[in-house]
Amino acid sequence: MKYLSYLTIGIFFGIIMYKSEAASWFRIYEMFQFGSFHMYGIIGSALVIGVIGVQIIKKYKIKAIGGNEMNLHPKQKGITRYLVGGIIFGLGWALAGACPGPMYVLAGAGYFSILIVIASAILGTFVYGFIKDKLPH
Amino acid sequence: MNLLYDPWPWYVAGPLIALTMFVLLSVGKQFGMSSNLRTMCSIGGAGKYSDFFKFDWRAQRWNLVVVVGAVIGGFIASQLMSDNTVKINPEIAQQLSTDYGIESAGEAYLPPELFATENLSDPFVLAILILGGFMVGFGARYAGGCTSGHAISGLSNLQLPSLIAVIGFFIGGLVMIHLLFPLIFS
Repeated sequence: MKYLSYLTIGIFFGIIMYKSEAASWFRIYEMFQFGSFHMYGIIGSALVIGVIGVQIIKKYKIKAIGGNEMNLHPKQKGITRYLVGGIIFGLGWALAGACPGPMYVLAGAGYFSILIVIASAILGTFVYGFIKDKLPH
Repeated sequence: MNLLYDPWPWYVAGPLIALTMFVLLSVGKQFGMSSNLRTMCSIGGAGKYSDFFKFDWRAQRWNLVVVVGAVIGGFIASQLMSDNTVKINPEIAQQLSTDYGIESAGEAYLPPELFATENLSDPFVLAILILGGFMVGFGARYAGGCTSGHAISGLSNLQLPSLIAVIGFFIGGLVMIHLLFPLIFS
């Protein structure tokens, strides 16, 4: 039953990503060319509502269903890993025109070439885990 | 306007993404898609090579179910709810065509020049897909999250690390599109 709700959330998310065109290579390219407000509007409006909602959750100490704390753990402090890792991610995001969520959506939409991107992303994650102790964080 | 069939504008999509995040928070989970890549490594036995992959991946199964849902969502949306074309800014479409020979803006959802299955035999196309994917996977884990984890979840929680990561995402993206694309696609 719990898994059915996660599946439903995923389907909902997949439809949003596809229908909003956030999963389209063209929209990512257009965003980095500042050619349209579309992607900025999606991220910006999600954020405005997200910030307000999270502040309300914190102020009124709203609990998750079942009485547990909401999962709002802040990330560890640091600069290097977020900046360098972020830049590498951004290079890939613009080149492949896809980030981790939309990749799966595109696989479902039948773009089989995206499976190469997904496999390489898994490989990239593996290589990171392999060499992470040698990288500055 | 046909709400079910036409592309959704940003002011519909953005709030729905926020809703997705809140639904996950309300069931005690966190919205983020790139951690699944690490989970898949662990399932594949990567724990033999690095302690980074030695964790209880079974606790992350819920997130893999979200991935399966996203695949199904992509199938439903592309088959039943879309004509699978994306109309971007005509000037950008024209520029893509003139500079890089990508002619399909407005006619396709992804450029077939890069994503048509028959072009996979082209080493140039294959290299772009492999390199792009690799950097997404490597960078997301190095930065501790991707667009959903940092740009939506992290920034909603006003986390400084997420702001730094998102600034990095845009530095990388802008460098790729404005400095590297002219070299790669020339």
